[in-house]
This record gives sequence, structure tokens and C-alpha cells, in this order.
Amino acid sequence: MIGLAHYLTVAAVLFTIGVLGIFINRRNIILMLMAIELILLAVNINLVAFSAYLGDVTGQVFAMFVLTVAAAEAAIGLAILVIFFRRRGSIAVDDVNRMRG
Amino acid sequence: MIALIAFYLFAGLTIASAILVIFARNPVHSVLWLIVAFFNAAGLMLLVGAEFIAMLLVIVYVGAVAVLFLFVVMMLNIDFATLRSGFSKNLPFGLIIALVLLAEIAIAANARQAGPLIGEKPVAATQPNIEAVGEALYSRFLMPFELAGLILLVAMIGAIVLTHRSRGGVRGQKVWKQIDRKPGEAVKNMKPGVGEGVSL
Repeated sequence: MIGLAHYLTVAAVLFTIGVLGIFINRRNIILMLMAIELILLAVNINLVAFSAYLGDVTGQVFAMFVLTVAAAEAAIGLAILVIFFRRRGSIAVDDVNRMRG
Repeated sequence: MIALIAFYLFAGLTIASAILVIFARNPVHSVLWLIVAFFNAAGLMLLVGAEFIAMLLVIVYVGAVAVLFLFVVMMLNIDFATLRSGFSKNLPFGLIIALVLLAEIAIAANARQAGPLIGEKPVAATQPNIEAVGEALYSRFLMPFELAGLILLVAMIGAIVLTHRSRGGVRGQKVWKQIDRKPGEAVKNMKPGVGEGVSL
């Protein structure tokens, strides 16, 4: 029988893969953004699993809000990426040093 | 039994494609694996009866976000070979971080099983999922719902403002000039003599 623990395990593994993706693709911003999408997907799975378990739709409503923020974040992030590429001709994270941060 | 098989199918494919997303050589393949991961996650959500979120995942993630990624990856002419040069250098550190996170989450999940939290009991659904979500969205969560729309508006305007560039030297339509014209200056009546209308 599939229970809450199964879903939490899937979400935990997905979250870990997302974090791993951010760390191993340190130079590629596009892959980092994709890893962030994976992390948010894991969060959504958690919210939906608890929502189904408790019989309360609040979790699903919040999953929708997480999805909204993920979409907005992807749009803004990719827009910044496009203008950065237009100026510097590269998207390597190492080249992001204009402000000496 | 069928639900069990479906769960392991969706869960396995989600995790496998998520691994392929971060390890794929070609970023275009990464985006395609991301789409597979989202589809299977939508299947996972369908299994617990969250139909609305499942459809939203397919429409928003696959239809909008993943296609946006695909556009950007294909539009930018990037030398991905050099971008991957730090891959093996960062792998051990990334693996350590990932293992620590996984261990923490496993501990948290095990601690939960020690004693049930208050109010944890499976409840059967009394109304269709989309109906329930809609009712919650338009009553209790009306304000956050409107704010979500505002966030999307800000993101849309922000993306347009960031990427818009006005190019000089483009001959566009000048509407005010067209509206400003009077009939007198638009048409000129001439009365040339025979053979004088055209200069040869």
C-alpha cells in the first residue's frame, strides 16, 4: 500500500538531486535554474502528498502558489541570462564579476 | 496492485530523469529530461487525486517553463564544453552536500513515524478535486490568489523590460504624421498640357 512515506521519499530524493545539480553544475546557469525547478517540484510533491493525506486542499492551493513563483522565477532568471549573454557573450558563472562581488 | 505498479513506475521515472537532467552532456537533452520528470511528477500527483495540480504541472511546467528553457538554450550560442570543465572538480563537494541533505530528510521522516502528529487521519474526499480547489481559491485564499496574479504580471513586465532593446534606424509607421495630414496637402491637382506631364 502506498503511503505518505513513499511520497516523502520520492520528494526527498528529488530535492537531493536538485541540490546536487546546483553543486556539480557550478559554471552553467541554465542547468542551475533547471536544478532549482527540480527542487521546487520536490516541494510541490510534498505539499500535494500531505494535502491528500490530511484530506485538506490547502496544500494543493499552496502547491499552485509555489508553481506560480517557479514560473515567474524562471521567466526573470532567463531574461537576466539573455541580457547577460548579449553583453558578455558568455553565461559562465566565473565571468559574472563586473561588480567584484 | 495497479496503483502500486503505477507509483513505482512514475516515481522511478521521475528520479531517473531528474538524475539525467543534471548529468546530461547536452543542455537540450537536459531540458527534454526535465519535461519527462515533470510529466511523471504529474502522474504521481494524479495517483493521490490532485488532478488540478497535475494538469497545472503539464500545462505550466511542460507547456511554458520547459519550452522557455528550450528557447533560451537553443537561442544562445554557447560553448558548453568549457562550461562543463569544473564538473569533476565540484563533484565530491556536491556529493557530500547532497548526502548530508538526504540523511537529514531521512532522519526527519523516521522521527515522524515514532508518534503520529495530532489530527493525522486519512479523510475521504467528499467533492471533486477541482471543485474543492476552486472553492478554496476563491474564498479562503482569494487574496493570495490575486497576489499570485500580481507576481506573474510583475514577472511578465520585468522580463519584457529587461530583454527589450530599441534599435535605431528602423523605418516604422508614424501614426501621428498620417493622422495630421490634410486633404489639401495629400492630393495635388495638376493640369499639364499635352506631352508635358511626363519628362522623358
